Amino acid sequence: MSAPATAASEPTITAGEAPTGEPVYQLGNVGKTYARNEVVALEDVSLTLNRGSFSSVIGSSGCGKSTLLKIMAGLIPPSTGRVVLQGRPVTGPRRDIGMMFQQATLFPWKTTIENIVLPIEIRDGRAAAAKAREQAQELLAVVGLEGFADVYPNELSGGMAQRASICRMLITEPAVLLLDEPFSALDELSRDMMNMELQRICMERHATAFLVTHSIAEAVILSDDIYVMKPRPGRLAEIVSVDLPRPRTLDMITTPKFGTTVDYIRGLLDKGEAL
Amino acid sequence: MSDANTTGEGSSSAKTPASGVPGIAATAAAVIPVPSSDHGADTVWVEQISFIDRVPRAVSMAFVFVVFIGLWQLSTSLGLVSPIILPTPGETFADMVFVGKNLLSGGYMLPALWITVKEVIYGFALAIAIGFSLGVLVGETVFGERAIMPYLVAIDTMPKVAFAPLFVAWLGFGIESKVALAAFIATFPIVVGTAAGLHAADENARMLFKTMGASRLQTLIKMKLPSGLPQIFTGLKIGAVGVMAGAITGEFLGGGKGFGELIRVAASQLQTPRVFSLILYLSLLGLALYALVTATQRRVVFWQKDTVMGSHD
Repeated sequence: MSAPATAASEPTITAGEAPTGEPVYQLGNVGKTYARNEVVALEDVSLTLNRGSFSSVIGSSGCGKSTLLKIMAGLIPPSTGRVVLQGRPVTGPRRDIGMMFQQATLFPWKTTIENIVLPIEIRDGRAAAAKAREQAQELLAVVGLEGFADVYPNELSGGMAQRASICRMLITEPAVLLLDEPFSALDELSRDMMNMELQRICMERHATAFLVTHSIAEAVILSDDIYVMKPRPGRLAEIVSVDLPRPRTLDMITTPKFGTTVDYIRGLLDKGEAL
Repeated sequence: MSDANTTGEGSSSAKTPASGVPGIAATAAAVIPVPSSDHGADTVWVEQISFIDRVPRAVSMAFVFVVFIGLWQLSTSLGLVSPIILPTPGETFADMVFVGKNLLSGGYMLPALWITVKEVIYGFALAIAIGFSLGVLVGETVFGERAIMPYLVAIDTMPKVAFAPLFVAWLGFGIESKVALAAFIATFPIVVGTAAGLHAADENARMLFKTMGASRLQTLIKMKLPSGLPQIFTGLKIGAVGVMAGAITGEFLGGGKGFGELIRVAASQLQTPRVFSLILYLSLLGLALYALVTATQRRVVFWQKDTVMGSHD
Protein backbone atom coordinates (compact mmCIF):
# COMPACT_ATOMS: atom_id res chain seq x y z
CA MET A 1 0.00 0.00 0.00
CA SER A 2 2.41 2.69 1.19
CA ALA A 3 5.56 3.33 -0.76
CA PRO A 4 7.04 6.55 0.59
CA ALA A 5 10.52 6.11 -0.91
CA THR A 6 9.41 6.58 -4.50
CA ALA A 7 8.13 10.06 -3.76
CA ALA A 8 11.66 11.44 -3.48
CA SER A 9 12.14 12.33 -7.13
CA GLU A 10 8.63 13.77 -7.51
CA PRO A 11 7.77 17.37 -6.66
CA THR A 12 6.77 17.85 -3.06
CA ILE A 13 3.17 17.11 -2.29
CA THR A 14 1.63 19.69 -0.04
CA ALA A 15 -2.03 19.20 0.61
CA GLY A 16 -4.55 22.01 0.82
CA GLU A 17 -3.90 25.28 -0.98
CA ALA A 18 -1.57 23.87 -3.59
CA PRO A 19 -1.52 25.90 -6.77
CA THR A 20 -3.70 24.61 -9.55
CA GLY A 21 -2.05 23.31 -12.65
CA GLU A 22 0.53 21.04 -11.07
CA PRO A 23 0.14 17.39 -12.18
CA VAL A 24 -1.65 15.25 -9.61
CA TYR A 25 -2.52 12.08 -11.40
CA GLN A 26 -0.37 10.51 -14.09
CA LEU A 27 -1.08 7.46 -16.22
CA GLY A 28 1.66 6.15 -18.50
CA ASN A 29 0.92 3.56 -21.21
CA VAL A 30 -1.71 1.85 -19.13
CA GLY A 31 -3.24 -1.27 -20.65
CA LYS A 32 -5.50 -4.02 -19.45
CA THR A 33 -5.95 -7.45 -20.95
CA TYR A 34 -8.34 -9.80 -19.25
CA ALA A 35 -6.48 -13.08 -18.95
CA ARG A 36 -9.59 -15.23 -19.01
CA ASN A 37 -10.64 -14.48 -22.57
CA GLU A 38 -7.63 -12.52 -23.88
CA VAL A 39 -9.82 -9.48 -24.44
CA VAL A 40 -7.87 -6.24 -24.67
CA ALA A 41 -10.07 -3.88 -22.68
CA LEU A 42 -7.64 -0.99 -22.63
CA GLU A 43 -4.59 -0.22 -24.73
CA ASP A 44 -1.81 2.24 -24.09
CA VAL A 45 -3.62 5.03 -22.27
CA SER A 46 -1.51 7.95 -21.10
CA LEU A 47 -2.98 10.99 -19.44
CA THR A 48 -2.17 13.60 -16.84
CA LEU A 49 -4.67 15.30 -14.56
CA ASN A 50 -3.61 18.68 -13.21
CA ARG A 51 -4.64 19.86 -9.77
CA GLY A 52 -7.96 21.61 -9.81
CA SER A 53 -8.87 20.48 -13.31
CA PHE A 54 -12.11 18.84 -14.32
CA SER A 55 -11.80 16.14 -16.97
CA SER A 56 -14.29 13.78 -18.52
CA VAL A 57 -13.99 10.58 -20.40
CA ILE A 58 -16.62 9.78 -22.96
CA GLY A 59 -17.14 6.90 -25.33
CA SER A 60 -19.58 4.25 -26.39
CA SER A 61 -20.20 1.13 -24.33
CA GLY A 62 -17.28 -1.24 -24.26
CA CYS A 63 -14.65 1.43 -24.93
CA GLY A 64 -12.95 0.59 -21.64
CA LYS A 65 -13.84 3.72 -19.71
CA SER A 66 -15.11 1.75 -16.71
CA THR A 67 -11.96 -0.37 -16.79
CA LEU A 68 -9.89 2.81 -16.90
CA LEU A 69 -11.71 4.25 -13.91
CA LYS A 70 -11.33 1.03 -11.92
CA ILE A 71 -7.61 1.00 -12.61
CA MET A 72 -7.33 4.64 -11.57
CA ALA A 73 -9.23 3.88 -8.37
CA GLY A 74 -6.93 0.99 -7.53
CA LEU A 75 -9.78 -1.49 -7.72
CA ILE A 76 -8.17 -3.65 -10.39
CA PRO A 77 -4.48 -3.87 -11.38
CA PRO A 78 -3.39 -2.79 -14.87
CA SER A 79 -1.68 -5.34 -17.12
CA THR A 80 0.86 -2.79 -18.33
CA GLY A 81 1.86 0.77 -17.57
CA ARG A 82 2.22 3.11 -14.63
CA VAL A 83 -0.42 4.76 -12.44
CA VAL A 84 0.88 7.48 -10.11
CA LEU A 85 -1.18 9.67 -7.80
CA GLN A 86 0.50 12.47 -5.86
CA GLY A 87 3.90 10.93 -6.51
CA ARG A 88 3.00 7.49 -5.19
CA PRO A 89 2.11 4.53 -7.42
CA VAL A 90 -1.46 3.34 -7.03
CA THR A 91 -1.42 -0.29 -5.94
CA GLY A 92 -4.79 -0.54 -4.29
CA PRO A 93 -7.68 1.55 -2.95
CA ARG A 94 -6.44 4.75 -1.35
CA ARG A 95 -7.65 7.36 1.03
CA ASP A 96 -6.78 10.21 -1.31
CA ILE A 97 -9.11 8.80 -3.97
CA GLY A 98 -12.79 9.65 -3.64
CA MET A 99 -15.27 7.72 -5.68
CA MET A 100 -18.89 8.07 -6.61
CA PHE A 101 -21.14 5.72 -8.55
CA GLN A 102 -24.34 5.86 -10.53
CA GLN A 103 -26.24 4.54 -7.51
CA ALA A 104 -25.94 6.47 -4.25
CA THR A 105 -25.59 3.16 -2.36
CA LEU A 106 -26.45 4.50 1.08
CA PHE A 107 -26.96 1.74 3.61
CA PRO A 108 -30.51 1.72 4.95
CA TRP A 109 -29.52 0.60 8.46
CA LYS A 110 -27.41 3.70 8.97
CA THR A 111 -28.59 7.29 9.23
CA THR A 112 -27.44 9.76 6.61
CA ILE A 113 -24.60 11.06 8.78
CA GLU A 114 -23.53 7.54 9.76
CA ASN A 115 -23.36 6.72 6.06
CA ILE A 116 -21.23 9.78 5.43
CA VAL A 117 -18.67 8.97 8.12
CA LEU A 118 -18.56 5.30 7.08
CA PRO A 119 -15.22 5.66 5.20
CA ILE A 120 -13.69 7.03 8.41
CA GLU A 121 -15.29 4.23 10.45
CA ILE A 122 -13.82 1.61 8.10
CA ARG A 123 -10.32 3.08 8.10
CA ASP A 124 -9.92 4.54 11.58
CA GLY A 125 -12.64 2.96 13.71
CA ARG A 126 -15.75 4.13 15.51
CA ALA A 127 -14.09 6.74 17.70
CA ALA A 128 -12.63 8.56 14.71
CA ALA A 129 -15.98 8.32 12.94
CA ALA A 130 -17.68 9.97 15.91
CA LYS A 131 -15.15 12.81 15.75
CA ALA A 132 -15.75 13.23 12.02
CA ARG A 133 -19.44 13.94 12.59
CA GLU A 134 -18.84 17.65 12.96
CA GLN A 135 -17.08 17.75 9.62
CA ALA A 136 -19.90 15.67 8.11
CA GLN A 137 -22.42 18.25 9.33
CA GLU A 138 -20.45 20.97 7.52
CA LEU A 139 -20.45 18.90 4.34
CA LEU A 140 -24.20 18.36 4.63
CA ALA A 141 -24.57 22.13 4.76
CA VAL A 142 -22.40 22.46 1.64
CA VAL A 143 -24.75 20.23 -0.37
CA GLY A 144 -27.90 21.72 1.15
CA LEU A 145 -28.90 18.80 3.35
CA GLU A 146 -28.90 20.56 6.73
CA GLY A 147 -31.33 18.88 9.08
CA PHE A 148 -31.17 15.52 7.32
CA ALA A 149 -28.24 14.14 9.34
CA ASP A 150 -30.30 11.76 11.45
CA VAL A 151 -32.76 10.75 8.76
CA TYR A 152 -32.59 7.24 7.33
CA PRO A 153 -31.83 7.01 3.58
CA ASN A 154 -35.28 5.53 2.82
CA GLU A 155 -36.67 8.99 3.38
CA LEU A 156 -34.31 10.73 0.95
CA SER A 157 -35.13 11.35 -2.71
CA GLY A 158 -32.76 10.18 -5.44
CA GLY A 159 -31.11 13.59 -5.71
CA MET A 160 -30.78 13.97 -1.96
CA ALA A 161 -29.22 10.52 -1.72
CA GLN A 162 -26.63 11.49 -4.33
CA ARG A 163 -25.91 14.70 -2.38
CA ALA A 164 -25.28 12.57 0.69
CA SER A 165 -22.99 10.31 -1.31
CA ILE A 166 -21.04 13.41 -2.41
CA CYS A 167 -20.50 14.13 1.29
CA ARG A 168 -19.34 10.56 1.86
CA MET A 169 -16.86 10.93 -0.98
CA LEU A 170 -15.52 14.22 0.41
CA ILE A 171 -15.24 13.21 4.08
CA THR A 172 -11.75 11.73 3.65
CA GLU A 173 -10.62 14.89 1.83
CA PRO A 174 -9.46 13.03 -1.29
CA ALA A 175 -7.02 14.61 -3.75
CA VAL A 176 -8.90 13.31 -6.76
CA LEU A 177 -12.59 12.59 -7.33
CA LEU A 178 -13.44 9.70 -9.64
CA LEU A 179 -17.05 9.98 -10.77
CA ASP A 180 -18.67 7.05 -12.53
CA GLU A 181 -21.79 8.50 -14.18
CA PRO A 182 -22.85 9.88 -10.82
CA PHE A 183 -26.11 11.51 -11.82
CA SER A 184 -27.25 9.41 -14.75
CA ALA A 185 -29.95 7.72 -12.68
CA LEU A 186 -31.53 11.08 -11.84
CA ASP A 187 -34.19 12.93 -13.81
CA GLU A 188 -32.91 15.63 -16.15
CA LEU A 189 -33.82 18.63 -13.97
CA SER A 190 -32.12 17.18 -10.89
CA ARG A 191 -29.22 16.13 -13.03
CA ASP A 192 -28.54 19.64 -14.36
CA MET A 193 -28.83 21.02 -10.87
CA MET A 194 -26.49 18.42 -9.42
CA ASN A 195 -23.95 19.07 -12.17
CA MET A 196 -23.86 22.76 -11.30
CA GLU A 197 -23.59 21.86 -7.64
CA LEU A 198 -20.71 19.52 -8.43
CA GLN A 199 -18.91 22.28 -10.31
CA ARG A 200 -19.33 24.67 -7.37
CA ILE A 201 -18.01 22.10 -4.88
CA CYS A 202 -15.03 21.27 -7.10
CA MET A 203 -14.18 24.96 -7.59
CA GLU A 204 -14.47 25.78 -3.88
CA ARG A 205 -12.21 22.91 -2.90
CA HIS A 206 -9.81 23.10 -5.86
CA ALA A 207 -10.69 19.45 -6.37
CA THR A 208 -9.34 17.42 -9.25
CA ALA A 209 -12.22 15.57 -10.84
CA PHE A 210 -12.44 12.83 -13.42
CA LEU A 211 -15.90 12.04 -14.73
CA VAL A 212 -17.09 9.08 -16.77
CA THR A 213 -20.24 9.93 -18.67
CA HIS A 214 -22.43 8.97 -21.59
CA SER A 215 -23.71 12.49 -22.08
CA ILE A 216 -21.74 14.76 -24.39
CA ALA A 217 -23.56 17.84 -23.09
CA GLU A 218 -22.73 16.96 -19.50
CA ALA A 219 -19.08 16.43 -20.38
CA VAL A 220 -18.85 19.75 -22.24
CA ILE A 221 -20.58 21.84 -19.60
CA LEU A 222 -18.42 20.48 -16.76
CA SER A 223 -14.99 19.77 -18.21
CA ASP A 224 -11.76 21.52 -19.06
CA ASP A 225 -10.60 18.48 -21.01
CA ILE A 226 -12.63 15.69 -22.56
CA TYR A 227 -10.98 12.37 -23.31
CA VAL A 228 -12.77 10.69 -26.19
CA MET A 229 -12.33 6.93 -26.19
CA LYS A 230 -12.87 4.34 -28.88
CA PRO A 231 -13.66 0.66 -28.47
CA ARG A 232 -12.02 -2.61 -29.55
CA PRO A 233 -9.47 -2.21 -28.15
CA GLY A 234 -10.35 0.58 -25.72
CA ARG A 235 -8.02 3.50 -26.36
CA LEU A 236 -7.82 7.26 -26.21
CA ALA A 237 -8.80 8.77 -29.56
CA GLU A 238 -8.55 12.47 -28.87
CA ILE A 239 -8.43 15.08 -26.13
CA VAL A 240 -10.83 17.95 -26.63
CA SER A 241 -10.30 21.12 -24.60
CA VAL A 242 -13.32 23.20 -23.71
CA ASP A 243 -12.51 26.88 -23.30
CA LEU A 244 -15.78 28.12 -21.91
CA PRO A 245 -15.23 30.47 -18.94
CA ARG A 246 -15.76 29.37 -15.33
CA PRO A 247 -18.05 29.18 -13.52
CA ARG A 248 -20.07 27.48 -16.20
CA THR A 249 -23.79 28.08 -16.24
CA LEU A 250 -26.65 26.19 -17.82
CA ASP A 251 -27.24 29.19 -20.12
CA MET A 252 -24.02 28.34 -21.92
CA ILE A 253 -25.77 25.37 -23.48
CA THR A 254 -27.30 27.75 -26.00
CA THR A 255 -24.00 29.40 -26.98
CA PRO A 256 -22.46 28.63 -30.40
CA LYS A 257 -19.20 27.46 -28.84
CA PHE A 258 -21.05 24.85 -26.78
CA GLY A 259 -22.89 23.69 -29.88
CA THR A 260 -19.79 23.33 -32.04
CA THR A 261 -17.92 21.46 -29.29
CA VAL A 262 -20.79 19.03 -28.83
CA ASP A 263 -21.03 18.50 -32.60
CA TYR A 264 -17.31 17.93 -32.87
CA ILE A 265 -17.32 15.27 -30.14
CA ARG A 266 -20.38 13.61 -31.60
CA GLY A 267 -18.55 13.40 -34.91
CA LEU A 268 -15.59 11.71 -33.24
CA LEU A 269 -17.85 9.19 -31.52
CA ASP A 270 -19.74 8.38 -34.73
CA LYS A 271 -16.45 7.64 -36.45
CA GLY A 272 -15.61 5.37 -33.57
CA GLU A 273 -18.77 3.39 -34.14
CA ALA A 274 -17.98 2.89 -37.81
CA LEU A 275 -14.55 1.40 -37.11
CA MET B 1 -46.45 23.39 -12.49
CA SER B 2 -48.45 26.43 -13.59
CA ASP B 3 -47.62 25.59 -17.18
CA ALA B 4 -49.11 22.14 -16.91
CA ASN B 5 -52.15 23.55 -15.20
CA THR B 6 -53.03 26.03 -17.91
CA THR B 7 -52.56 23.52 -20.70
CA GLY B 8 -54.70 21.10 -18.75
CA GLU B 9 -57.51 23.61 -18.38
CA GLY B 10 -57.22 24.57 -22.00
CA SER B 11 -57.66 21.06 -23.26
CA SER B 12 -60.51 20.33 -20.86
CA SER B 13 -62.45 23.48 -21.83
CA ALA B 14 -61.97 22.52 -25.44
CA LYS B 15 -63.23 19.00 -24.83
CA THR B 16 -66.19 19.56 -22.50
CA PRO B 17 -68.39 21.42 -24.96
CA ALA B 18 -67.83 18.75 -27.58
CA SER B 19 -70.03 16.39 -25.60
CA GLY B 20 -72.71 19.06 -24.96
CA VAL B 21 -73.71 21.96 -27.18
CA PRO B 22 -71.03 22.50 -29.80
CA GLY B 23 -69.83 25.93 -30.92
CA ILE B 24 -71.74 28.27 -28.62
CA ALA B 25 -70.67 26.68 -25.36
CA ALA B 26 -67.06 26.72 -26.50
CA THR B 27 -67.05 30.46 -27.13
CA ALA B 28 -68.86 31.09 -23.85
CA ALA B 29 -66.24 29.17 -21.94
CA ALA B 30 -63.49 31.08 -23.67
CA VAL B 31 -64.98 34.52 -22.96
CA ILE B 32 -66.33 34.11 -19.43
CA PRO B 33 -63.55 33.18 -17.00
CA VAL B 34 -65.85 31.35 -14.55
CA PRO B 35 -68.40 29.49 -16.64
CA SER B 36 -71.94 28.49 -15.69
CA SER B 37 -72.37 26.53 -12.48
CA ASP B 38 -72.10 22.95 -13.76
CA HIS B 39 -69.02 23.68 -15.85
CA GLY B 40 -67.18 25.29 -12.92
CA ALA B 41 -68.00 22.58 -10.36
CA ASP B 42 -65.23 20.43 -8.93
CA THR B 43 -64.98 17.10 -10.66
CA VAL B 44 -65.23 15.00 -7.54
CA TRP B 45 -66.18 11.43 -8.23
CA VAL B 46 -66.15 8.19 -6.35
CA GLU B 47 -63.90 5.35 -7.39
CA GLN B 48 -65.81 2.07 -7.57
CA ILE B 49 -64.47 -0.69 -5.32
CA SER B 50 -66.37 -3.93 -5.44
CA PHE B 51 -68.26 -4.96 -2.31
CA ILE B 52 -66.09 -8.00 -1.56
CA ASP B 53 -62.90 -5.91 -1.45
CA ARG B 54 -64.45 -3.38 0.91
CA VAL B 55 -65.20 -5.86 3.70
CA PRO B 56 -62.87 -5.23 6.65
CA ARG B 57 -60.35 -7.91 7.53
CA ALA B 58 -61.94 -8.90 10.86
CA VAL B 59 -65.38 -9.33 9.30
CA SER B 60 -64.14 -11.37 6.34
CA MET B 61 -62.04 -13.61 8.57
CA ALA B 62 -65.00 -14.19 10.91
CA PHE B 63 -67.19 -14.96 7.91
CA VAL B 64 -64.86 -17.66 6.60
CA PHE B 65 -64.57 -19.12 10.10
CA VAL B 66 -68.35 -19.32 10.55
CA VAL B 67 -68.82 -20.93 7.14
CA PHE B 68 -66.15 -23.49 7.93
CA ILE B 69 -67.68 -24.42 11.31
CA GLY B 70 -71.13 -24.51 9.72
CA LEU B 71 -70.03 -26.97 7.01
CA TRP B 72 -68.27 -29.07 9.64
CA GLN B 73 -71.37 -29.15 11.86
CA LEU B 74 -73.57 -29.99 8.88
CA SER B 75 -71.42 -32.90 7.71
CA THR B 76 -71.41 -34.47 11.20
CA SER B 77 -75.08 -33.89 12.11
CA LEU B 78 -76.26 -35.20 8.72
CA GLY B 79 -74.25 -38.35 9.38
CA LEU B 80 -72.07 -37.91 6.30
CA VAL B 81 -69.00 -39.01 8.28
CA SER B 82 -68.71 -41.26 11.29
CA PRO B 83 -68.28 -39.38 14.60
CA ILE B 84 -65.24 -41.54 15.30
CA ILE B 85 -63.50 -40.18 12.26
CA LEU B 86 -64.73 -36.61 12.59
CA PRO B 87 -66.10 -35.35 15.92
CA THR B 88 -68.63 -32.52 15.99
CA PRO B 89 -67.38 -28.97 16.48
CA GLY B 90 -69.10 -28.97 19.88
CA GLU B 91 -67.21 -32.07 21.07
CA THR B 92 -63.94 -30.66 19.81
CA PHE B 93 -64.58 -27.35 21.53
CA ALA B 94 -65.45 -29.09 24.78
CA ASP B 95 -62.22 -31.05 24.60
CA MET B 96 -60.25 -27.89 23.87
CA VAL B 97 -61.68 -26.40 27.06
CA PHE B 98 -60.73 -29.56 28.93
CA VAL B 99 -57.17 -29.52 27.64
CA GLY B 100 -56.92 -25.78 28.32
CA LYS B 101 -58.06 -26.28 31.91
CA ASN B 102 -55.64 -29.15 32.35
CA LEU B 103 -52.77 -27.01 31.12
CA LEU B 104 -53.72 -24.02 33.23
CA SER B 105 -54.23 -26.04 36.39
CA GLY B 106 -50.85 -27.71 35.95
CA GLY B 107 -52.28 -31.10 35.11
CA TYR B 108 -50.43 -33.96 33.45
CA MET B 109 -50.40 -32.23 30.05
CA LEU B 110 -48.36 -29.24 31.21
CA PRO B 111 -45.09 -31.17 31.71
CA ALA B 112 -45.69 -32.82 28.33
CA LEU B 113 -46.08 -29.43 26.66
CA TRP B 114 -42.99 -28.14 28.45
CA ILE B 115 -40.96 -31.05 27.13
CA THR B 116 -42.04 -30.25 23.58
CA VAL B 117 -41.32 -26.55 24.12
CA LYS B 118 -37.82 -27.40 25.31
CA GLU B 119 -37.22 -29.63 22.30
CA VAL B 120 -38.33 -26.86 19.99
CA ILE B 121 -36.22 -24.17 21.68
CA TYR B 122 -33.06 -26.28 21.89
CA GLY B 123 -33.58 -27.57 18.37
CA PHE B 124 -34.06 -24.07 16.98
CA ALA B 125 -31.05 -22.69 18.86
CA LEU B 126 -28.90 -25.52 17.57
CA ALA B 127 -30.21 -25.07 14.03
CA ILE B 128 -29.47 -21.33 14.14
CA ALA B 129 -25.94 -21.87 15.43
CA ILE B 130 -25.05 -24.56 12.90
CA GLY B 131 -27.07 -23.12 10.04
CA PHE B 132 -25.65 -19.62 10.41
CA SER B 133 -22.05 -20.84 10.66
CA LEU B 134 -22.38 -23.12 7.64
CA GLY B 135 -24.23 -20.37 5.78
CA VAL B 136 -21.37 -17.92 6.33
CA LEU B 137 -18.86 -20.59 5.28
CA VAL B 138 -20.79 -21.38 2.10
CA GLY B 139 -21.79 -17.81 1.29
CA GLU B 140 -18.49 -16.10 2.04
CA THR B 141 -15.79 -18.52 0.95
CA VAL B 142 -15.26 -20.01 -2.48
CA PHE B 143 -14.13 -23.19 -0.74
CA GLY B 144 -17.43 -23.47 1.08
CA GLU B 145 -19.40 -22.90 -2.08
CA ARG B 146 -17.35 -25.41 -4.04
CA ALA B 147 -16.75 -28.12 -1.45
CA ILE B 148 -19.47 -27.86 1.20
CA MET B 149 -22.54 -26.73 -0.70
CA PRO B 150 -22.89 -29.81 -2.95
CA TYR B 151 -22.97 -32.06 0.10
CA LEU B 152 -25.49 -29.85 1.85
CA VAL B 153 -27.74 -29.95 -1.20
CA ALA B 154 -27.37 -33.73 -1.37
CA ILE B 155 -28.34 -34.14 2.29
CA ASP B 156 -31.16 -31.61 1.95
CA THR B 157 -32.80 -33.65 -0.81
CA MET B 158 -32.96 -36.71 1.45
CA PRO B 159 -36.22 -37.31 3.34
CA LYS B 160 -34.91 -36.08 6.68
CA VAL B 161 -37.67 -37.72 8.71
CA ALA B 162 -36.19 -41.05 7.69
CA PHE B 163 -33.20 -40.25 9.89
CA ALA B 164 -35.38 -40.31 13.02
CA PRO B 165 -34.72 -43.99 13.86
CA LEU B 166 -31.01 -43.30 13.57
CA PHE B 167 -31.19 -40.40 16.00
CA VAL B 168 -33.16 -42.59 18.41
CA ALA B 169 -30.57 -45.32 18.10
CA TRP B 170 -27.74 -42.87 18.68
CA LEU B 171 -29.26 -40.61 21.32
CA GLY B 172 -31.92 -42.74 23.00
CA PHE B 173 -35.60 -42.17 23.73
CA GLY B 174 -35.06 -38.97 25.68
CA ILE B 175 -35.31 -35.36 24.57
CA GLU B 176 -31.94 -35.48 22.78
CA SER B 177 -33.08 -37.50 19.78
CA LYS B 178 -36.04 -35.10 19.24
CA VAL B 179 -33.82 -32.04 19.54
CA ALA B 180 -31.47 -33.58 16.99
CA LEU B 181 -34.22 -34.29 14.46
CA ALA B 182 -35.78 -30.85 14.95
CA ALA B 183 -32.41 -29.15 14.46
CA PHE B 184 -31.59 -31.39 11.51
CA ILE B 185 -34.73 -30.34 9.66
CA ALA B 186 -34.43 -26.63 10.52
CA THR B 187 -30.73 -26.22 9.72
CA PHE B 188 -30.90 -26.33 5.93
CA PRO B 189 -33.27 -23.42 5.33
CA ILE B 190 -31.09 -21.30 7.63
CA VAL B 191 -27.93 -22.28 5.73
CA VAL B 192 -29.56 -21.43 2.42
CA GLY B 193 -31.03 -18.16 3.77
CA THR B 194 -27.69 -17.02 5.18
CA ALA B 195 -25.74 -17.94 2.05
CA ALA B 196 -28.31 -16.24 -0.18
CA GLY B 197 -28.23 -13.19 2.08
CA LEU B 198 -24.48 -12.87 1.74
CA HIS B 199 -24.80 -13.03 -2.03
CA ALA B 200 -27.56 -10.42 -2.00
CA ALA B 201 -25.28 -7.40 -1.49
CA ASP B 202 -25.19 -5.52 -4.77
CA GLU B 203 -22.13 -4.88 -6.88
CA ASN B 204 -22.06 -1.16 -6.07
CA ALA B 205 -21.96 -1.79 -2.35
CA ARG B 206 -19.09 -4.24 -2.78
CA MET B 207 -17.18 -1.79 -4.94
CA LEU B 208 -17.82 1.02 -2.46
CA PHE B 209 -16.42 -1.05 0.40
CA LYS B 210 -13.43 -1.90 -1.74
CA THR B 211 -12.73 1.77 -2.43
CA MET B 212 -12.91 2.45 1.29
CA GLY B 213 -10.16 -0.12 1.80
CA ALA B 214 -12.37 -2.35 3.94
CA SER B 215 -11.01 -5.72 5.06
CA ARG B 216 -12.88 -8.92 4.28
CA LEU B 217 -14.15 -9.16 7.85
CA GLN B 218 -15.29 -5.53 7.83
CA THR B 219 -17.09 -6.07 4.54
CA LEU B 220 -18.79 -9.16 5.96
CA ILE B 221 -19.87 -7.61 9.24
CA LYS B 222 -20.65 -4.05 8.19
CA MET B 223 -22.12 -4.66 4.77
CA LYS B 224 -22.88 -8.22 3.65
CA LEU B 225 -24.57 -9.47 6.82
CA PRO B 226 -26.81 -6.43 7.35
CA SER B 227 -27.88 -6.34 3.69
CA GLY B 228 -28.57 -10.09 3.82
CA LEU B 229 -30.77 -9.91 6.92
CA PRO B 230 -34.07 -10.14 5.00
CA GLN B 231 -32.98 -13.44 3.41
CA ILE B 232 -31.55 -14.69 6.68
CA PHE B 233 -34.88 -14.06 8.39
CA THR B 234 -36.73 -15.85 5.60
CA GLY B 235 -34.53 -18.85 6.32
CA LEU B 236 -35.26 -18.52 10.05
CA LYS B 237 -39.01 -18.47 9.41
CA ILE B 238 -38.90 -21.61 7.30
CA GLY B 239 -36.65 -23.13 9.97
CA ALA B 240 -39.14 -22.20 12.71
CA VAL B 241 -41.84 -24.17 10.92
CA GLY B 242 -39.49 -27.10 10.32
CA VAL B 243 -38.33 -27.27 13.92
CA MET B 244 -41.90 -27.89 15.13
CA ALA B 245 -42.42 -30.62 12.57
CA GLY B 246 -39.11 -32.19 13.55
CA ALA B 247 -39.86 -32.22 17.27
CA ILE B 248 -43.30 -33.80 16.83
CA THR B 249 -42.09 -36.33 14.29
CA GLY B 250 -39.32 -37.26 16.72
CA GLU B 251 -41.91 -37.84 19.43
CA PHE B 252 -44.13 -39.92 17.16
CA LEU B 253 -41.28 -42.15 16.15
CA GLY B 254 -39.14 -42.13 19.26
CA GLY B 255 -41.62 -42.06 22.12
CA GLY B 256 -40.80 -39.88 25.10
CA LYS B 257 -43.15 -37.80 27.22
CA GLY B 258 -43.93 -34.82 25.01
CA PHE B 259 -47.09 -33.50 23.39
CA GLY B 260 -46.57 -35.68 20.33
CA GLU B 261 -46.76 -38.72 22.54
CA LEU B 262 -50.13 -37.49 23.93
CA ILE B 263 -51.41 -37.18 20.36
CA ARG B 264 -50.18 -40.64 19.48
CA VAL B 265 -51.87 -42.17 22.52
CA ALA B 266 -55.14 -40.30 21.92
CA ALA B 267 -55.17 -41.36 18.29
CA SER B 268 -54.55 -45.00 19.17
CA GLN B 269 -57.55 -44.82 21.51
CA LEU B 270 -59.69 -43.24 18.74
CA GLN B 271 -60.13 -40.11 20.88
CA THR B 272 -60.37 -37.88 17.83
CA PRO B 273 -61.63 -34.76 19.66
CA ARG B 274 -58.52 -34.95 21.84
CA VAL B 275 -56.25 -35.28 18.81
CA PHE B 276 -57.84 -32.20 17.28
CA SER B 277 -57.52 -30.08 20.40
CA LEU B 278 -53.91 -31.16 21.03
CA ILE B 279 -53.02 -30.26 17.46
CA LEU B 280 -54.60 -26.87 17.99
CA TYR B 281 -52.53 -26.15 21.09
CA LEU B 282 -49.46 -27.38 19.30
CA SER B 283 -50.11 -25.03 16.41
CA LEU B 284 -50.37 -22.18 18.91
CA LEU B 285 -46.84 -23.04 19.99
CA GLY B 286 -45.71 -23.00 16.36
CA LEU B 287 -47.46 -19.70 15.79
CA ALA B 288 -45.77 -18.21 18.85
CA LEU B 289 -42.35 -19.22 17.56
CA TYR B 290 -43.10 -17.80 14.12
CA ALA B 291 -44.41 -14.58 15.64
CA LEU B 292 -41.26 -14.30 17.74
CA VAL B 293 -39.10 -14.52 14.61
CA THR B 294 -41.27 -12.00 12.75
CA ALA B 295 -41.24 -9.55 15.66
CA THR B 296 -37.45 -9.82 15.89
CA GLN B 297 -37.22 -9.20 12.17
CA ARG B 298 -39.32 -6.04 12.45
CA ARG B 299 -37.03 -4.72 15.15
CA VAL B 300 -33.73 -5.68 13.56
CA VAL B 301 -34.53 -5.10 9.88
CA PHE B 302 -36.44 -1.90 10.61
CA TRP B 303 -35.68 -0.43 7.19
CA GLN B 304 -37.38 -3.24 5.31
CA LYS B 305 -40.92 -2.47 4.22
CA ASP B 306 -43.28 -5.04 5.66
CA THR B 307 -44.42 -7.18 2.75
CA VAL B 308 -45.03 -10.36 4.68
CA MET B 309 -48.46 -9.79 6.16
CA GLY B 310 -51.10 -7.14 6.51
CA SER B 311 -50.01 -5.12 3.49
CA HIS B 312 -53.67 -4.48 2.65
CA ASP B 313 -54.57 -2.84 5.94
